[in-house]
Amino acid sequence: MARTAAGRRRTVARTAEQIARTDIGPRPVPPLMKVRASRVPAAESAVLDNGLRVVAVRRPGAPLVEVRLRIPFGGRTELRAARAEVLAASAMLGTADRDRFQVDMALADLGAHLDTAVDPQRLLYSGSVLSNGLPDLLGLLTELLTSPAYRRRDVLGERDRLVEYLRLAKAQPGVVARMALQHRRFGDHPAAWEMPDAELVNTVGPAAVGGLHRRSVVPDGATLVLVGDLQPGKAVGLAAATLAGWAADHPATTLATPPPITGGPVQLVHRNGSVQSQVRLTAPAVGRGSPDYAALQIANLVFGGYFSSRLVENIREDKGYTYSAHSAIEFWPGTAAMTVSFDCATDATAAALLETRYELGRIALTAPGAAEVESARNYALGSLAISLATQAGYASTVSAIHGAGQDLQWLRDHPARLAAVTADEVAAVSAKYLAPSAFTGVVVGDRGAVEASLQRLGDVDPG
Amino acid sequence: METSTGVTAKRARKQRRIPPPQFPIERHVLDNGLRVVLSPERGAGVVGIAVHYDVGFRSEPQGRTGFAHLFEHLMFQGSESLPKLEHFRLVQSSGGVFNGSTHFDYTDYYEVLPAAGLERGLFLEADRMRAPMITAENLANQVDVVSEEIRLNVLNRPYGGFPWILLPPVLFNSFANAHNGYGDFVDLKAATVADCAEFFDSYYTPANAVLTVCGDFDPGMALDLAGSHFADVPHRPAPVRPSFAEPGPSAVNRVVHHDELATAPALAVGWRLPDPADDLPGYLAHVLLGGVLSDGEASRLQEHVVTEGLATQAWAAPGLMGGPLESRDPDVFVLGAIHTPEHTADEVIDACTAQIDQVARSGPHPDELNRALIRFCSGLYRENDDIGTRTRSLGGLELLYGRAELLNELPAMLAEITPADVAGAARSLDPERCAVLEIRCGPDDQ
Repeated sequence: MARTAAGRRRTVARTAEQIARTDIGPRPVPPLMKVRASRVPAAESAVLDNGLRVVAVRRPGAPLVEVRLRIPFGGRTELRAARAEVLAASAMLGTADRDRFQVDMALADLGAHLDTAVDPQRLLYSGSVLSNGLPDLLGLLTELLTSPAYRRRDVLGERDRLVEYLRLAKAQPGVVARMALQHRRFGDHPAAWEMPDAELVNTVGPAAVGGLHRRSVVPDGATLVLVGDLQPGKAVGLAAATLAGWAADHPATTLATPPPITGGPVQLVHRNGSVQSQVRLTAPAVGRGSPDYAALQIANLVFGGYFSSRLVENIREDKGYTYSAHSAIEFWPGTAAMTVSFDCATDATAAALLETRYELGRIALTAPGAAEVESARNYALGSLAISLATQAGYASTVSAIHGAGQDLQWLRDHPARLAAVTADEVAAVSAKYLAPSAFTGVVVGDRGAVEASLQRLGDVDPG
Repeated sequence: METSTGVTAKRARKQRRIPPPQFPIERHVLDNGLRVVLSPERGAGVVGIAVHYDVGFRSEPQGRTGFAHLFEHLMFQGSESLPKLEHFRLVQSSGGVFNGSTHFDYTDYYEVLPAAGLERGLFLEADRMRAPMITAENLANQVDVVSEEIRLNVLNRPYGGFPWILLPPVLFNSFANAHNGYGDFVDLKAATVADCAEFFDSYYTPANAVLTVCGDFDPGMALDLAGSHFADVPHRPAPVRPSFAEPGPSAVNRVVHHDELATAPALAVGWRLPDPADDLPGYLAHVLLGGVLSDGEASRLQEHVVTEGLATQAWAAPGLMGGPLESRDPDVFVLGAIHTPEHTADEVIDACTAQIDQVARSGPHPDELNRALIRFCSGLYRENDDIGTRTRSLGGLELLYGRAELLNELPAMLAEITPADVAGAARSLDPERCAVLEIRCGPDDQ
């Protein structure tokens, strides 16, 4: 019966114009609803005798606890950066008492995973565990910190895989562009060594990795963040008791502040046969502790920090030059930078760069409208709430904030700072930080296809 | 064999201590045929809203590859109530995030908003389900954007489309199952506004969709709001969904693909999976088989293939789009590897299938199976702690299998799977009947 009824209802094909029109006409957009303010989650924080800061936040939901251990890991040489990569790749591969498979099986039994990652600023142990397994996971973590194995066969195996991975990664245009950008803005400063040279990595042996671990994987200055289905006081106590044996006679090393970025021409970096170009621009910015930060966060959104931004509406939605464009604020100890990124079709490269410079100039010279500022403010507030709505997001945010020298109070106060930003303040920071003259950068693409048009546009270093 | 399996299964079950997820689920159907799934979580502070339409790559007509995905882009381009770009602006100025994605059997649209944005989110989805504005100008612009997306994700990237675009034509024969879901540039350019209108009228009907709302709301109020906004979309019949069934391979189908950007050779082997609608336990046995083979340092492929230096990465799991239960039958079990040039693809495949054969003959050890179970379940909880992911999981399970509750039920169903079941799943991966895709580095010399 139902089928017959449906068959009878079959309508004559409509045109797109007919689909887009109804008898009633446009419907009004409903206003935002009134809701209760959400509660601030219960949290505890303590610095242990060994200098490790422990932060525990109760966020029930999934029966899990998220774990982030962030250790400042600054170095001074590229060889050290190569050793750090091998260390991060092999830090989970066994302890004095367990081989790599036993570590993995212990994690699986706890419903846990734990990974290590390194960048020029920090070494991060990151994972999660079924909440009833937290004591055992902290025990295993302590074992990994105080008696890692770095067995020859495991380290060399991981090193070989890492070398393969680095060769593979360096074929990715996004990686090529990132490396070129880091070099362009920081020269040979260690902040630029995000992806060490494969040949250098190939020289690293287990003794060097073990030595680096003993010297640098140390508690003083590190932060352990636990977020999830836990009691904060008990979790801090548990961590204090379990990790007390992790000790060293010196603090962890913070990365030296990178040199200031100076504005200048964009550099063309040739990549043979590229069907797209990667454009990456950068200028100096300020970190979370600066009084300009909240206003700069909003100015960045208005310019290119979200989909409804001027840059995306211009070069994606209006002109179709790119699939995505983005601008963001990045942080290093003592400094910060704006990074503007997009990939575009080769033949649109110069035109897309022109439009980007135009949008930078426009926001630096004429004040953004009140509606734009309001939209960006709501987005900043909403996306903060969304990122804090998951255990993993909350843990990563708290870990990053502590790594930058702020604390939970900064996070609690930040919505009020965003709410207080005025349109005038946004205009002032835009003029200060988003002026095209402050920017430098790179274009990675096929020289034969993009050089002539870039030269016509000007302010380009042919490389 | 049977006795020992029974004993070990019981022993393994005793070790399991996985609390089951308890997402509340309410289900309603509006008069226009729209199915509504509500899953409240008070105190979350945010809401997720998703609409899943029952149309994906498999429903694209010949000559219109990539059309379902292109059409997904057009659904963001304005409506009777909202000019171009206003959709994005409204979601983001409400503090929310949004996206859409196109799959083999469905297309989903979703937003996550602060709880105050619930009604606005429902309005936005109802608005474009009722009267999207499809113009020649927007179509041309989105053909450009999609072309850039394809260059970014496929053409300008090593291993682009590996294996989700490249493996289906090796395993499947019918156009529906085998063709490239991102589409051919020629087909994309050929798309017309009239094609779009017909596609919308056929597939984007309320009776062909599921609305899912998840997070911080009162269910009674959410249902009233959903009713008031979506009741304003007139009923149109759901299209009759054709069967996409086709026989599995009767031999080894083999294709070599040359990737000029790849720096190491790679391979994928595809097998057909049991239909989850008919044999969910059989399908789920393959999920745990994937875990035993490749989840974790102590997994079999990691220990015997990667650590032995044959491959730099190896993985085995159901699904072409990143997870199990993301399409209807026919679905694919994929074995993949990126390997060193010193070994041939066949050597790597043989090393992997030797591990599968070992599981087929002796089954996994009960402790090993238990670890795969706990790993999978804790991963499931972790992913679905995110309200956006949970909203999409519930909607996808409801659309594909009529059962959003599966998200709660999967841990217990997986816990029932025995070593003998996993051995059976391993036996179904016949190395004489499968699809083999080889990726070789550099240009095709032929």
